[in-house]
Amino acid sequence: MSTTVPTYHQLDLDAEGFLQKPEQWNEDIAREIAAENGIALTDAHWKVVRFMRDRFLSTGNAPTIRTLGKESGVSVKELYLLFPKAPAKLAAKIGGIPKPHGCI
Amino acid sequence: MQRIVILGAGTAGTIMANRLVHAYRDRIAGGLLSITVVDHDPRHLYQPGLLLLPFGHYQPEQLVKPKQRLLPKHVRSIEARVDRVDADASAVVLENGSALPYDLLIIATGSQIAPDETDGMTGPGWREKVFDFYSLEGATALRDALAGFQGGKLVVNVVEMPIKCPVAPLEFAFLADDYFTRRGIRDRVEITYVTPLDGAFTKATCSRELAYLLDEKRIKLVTEFSTGRVDGANGKLYAWDETEVPFDLLVTIPVHKGADYVGRSPGLGDEMNWVLTDPHTLQAKRAANIFVIGDATNIPASKAGSVAHFEAELMAENIERFLAGRAVEPSFDGHANCFIETGHRKALLIDFNYDVEPVRGRFPFAWGPVPLLKESRLNHLGKLFFRWIYWHLLLPGRPIPGVPARMSRTGKRIPAPPAPASAAPAPAASEPRTPAGV
Ligand SMILES: Cc1cc2nc3c(=O)[nH]c(=O)nc-3n(C[C@H](O)[C@H](O)[C@H](O)COP(=O)(O)OP(=O)(O)OC[C@H]3O[C@@H](n4cnc5c(N)ncnc54)[C@H](O)[C@@H]3O)c2cc1C
Repeated sequence: MSTTVPTYHQLDLDAEGFLQKPEQWNEDIAREIAAENGIALTDAHWKVVRFMRDRFLSTGNAPTIRTLGKESGVSVKELYLLFPKAPAKLAAKIGGIPKPHGCI
Repeated sequence: MQRIVILGAGTAGTIMANRLVHAYRDRIAGGLLSITVVDHDPRHLYQPGLLLLPFGHYQPEQLVKPKQRLLPKHVRSIEARVDRVDADASAVVLENGSALPYDLLIIATGSQIAPDETDGMTGPGWREKVFDFYSLEGATALRDALAGFQGGKLVVNVVEMPIKCPVAPLEFAFLADDYFTRRGIRDRVEITYVTPLDGAFTKATCSRELAYLLDEKRIKLVTEFSTGRVDGANGKLYAWDETEVPFDLLVTIPVHKGADYVGRSPGLGDEMNWVLTDPHTLQAKRAANIFVIGDATNIPASKAGSVAHFEAELMAENIERFLAGRAVEPSFDGHANCFIETGHRKALLIDFNYDVEPVRGRFPFAWGPVPLLKESRLNHLGKLFFRWIYWHLLLPGRPIPGVPARMSRTGKRIPAPPAPASAAPAPAASEPRTPAGV
């Protein structure tokens, strides 16, 4: 049984490695994505990743960096330490939700 | 007596009032149904005109009409600010303390810019070298600043998504290129477009078809820039990670929020005051007798007048079902349709929904087909014509010939799905719409 569990790169991904089907996500996948991006997930990371994912699943919109800073319980400064360079994008990727995009 | 209350008489509220009066004229006359509209602001602003106003195309007064004239006679209209919605009691509380009970509530209070949400934005330099054009005051002040601008760094910046009319900032950059070219000083102006997204175009087809526009117009691009603060005195825009972009003139699209009363109404909205809404039935998650239309929702559709128009047609049908005690239908598909000005008297047309991205092809308007996702003069005329359509077809709730409420695939070159056909209709964009308890 255990051998049939798909790994990250066997899932439906876009060109940048974002999951295209959020339901294919699980915590092991999250750890794999994080590791590929040089991140070992701590409790603080999980807090942000879960917030991001829950918000997306319930509303269809991924929170912005400012919302994360206000609502996730982790400050913007800390977010940049946890997820260097592009916190909202990295947290979305690790949380298994599509990349934030505009309408064109 | 069935009491319908509409909050907000902007684009969406006016369309709904007109549609419902049209549908229920007899019931209203017979005292079986009443429609009440609440809005504190007596002026109706044609917001799409704000894009062109800074370049001298319109005078401010050409964009404003009294709301009273746009609403049908058979509605009661109350000029007051909403204080909160008590969904358990099915009543709206106005700022003067009076309560307005309803059987069915339509929320159409739109979105507003919140420049104060960004540090320093409204500090030194605000409306001197830091401007918005999403308000009549901002666009008018910007017009004067542009007229006096003799050269330097012009930065067009989107603080964060969502914003209304998501392409307007990019259109502004294109029109600025046109404007300074016409004034003969284009070589002295550096135009930079600063976006929190990872490109000016974020959808595959659009970036493939439209990437040339930025090069052609010599517009510099800064991507993935999450604006943290503005230093107007020193002319610098800072990201949260302290990267900076210098400017002589900043045109910023501030953070957007829903109306404040949403935050005072328990369970109605999220932290940005967007009303939690089912993306297909357009009912509030808070209560089945609350419908939400236009910019006020949190659904992943564009915040645009055309979207409100499409929503209105389907919402009117669902309201009919709801009032008759029948089940509502999940009919809204996220349809949006808009012209994008690219300057030099050309424009593009895009037409898309939750599941289908903008693509090339021809759009079958009743007046004749126009190209999709491709620059043309005809589309520019279409954009100008939109002002007429807005006042005379859109607000009165009339159909726009050839433009159905649900997106049509006719004329579109929609690529075949990459994966083998599966039984489950599950494109990425449709996933999050499950109101999951997760
Ligand atoms: C620069 C710019 C360009 C645009 N270009 C286009 C375009 O080309 N095509 C297009 O389709 N769309 C365009 N739009 C978007 C379009 O104008 C909006 O999406 C549309 O007006 C939304 O309608 P609405 O009814 O949801 O909100 P609005 O029209 O903004 O109306 C909201 C109403 O609610 C009232 N209100 C708010 N709070 C309260 C309260 N507490 N109590 C009582 N009343 C309240 C307000 O006074 C207002 O009248 C553009 C917008 C901008 C800013």
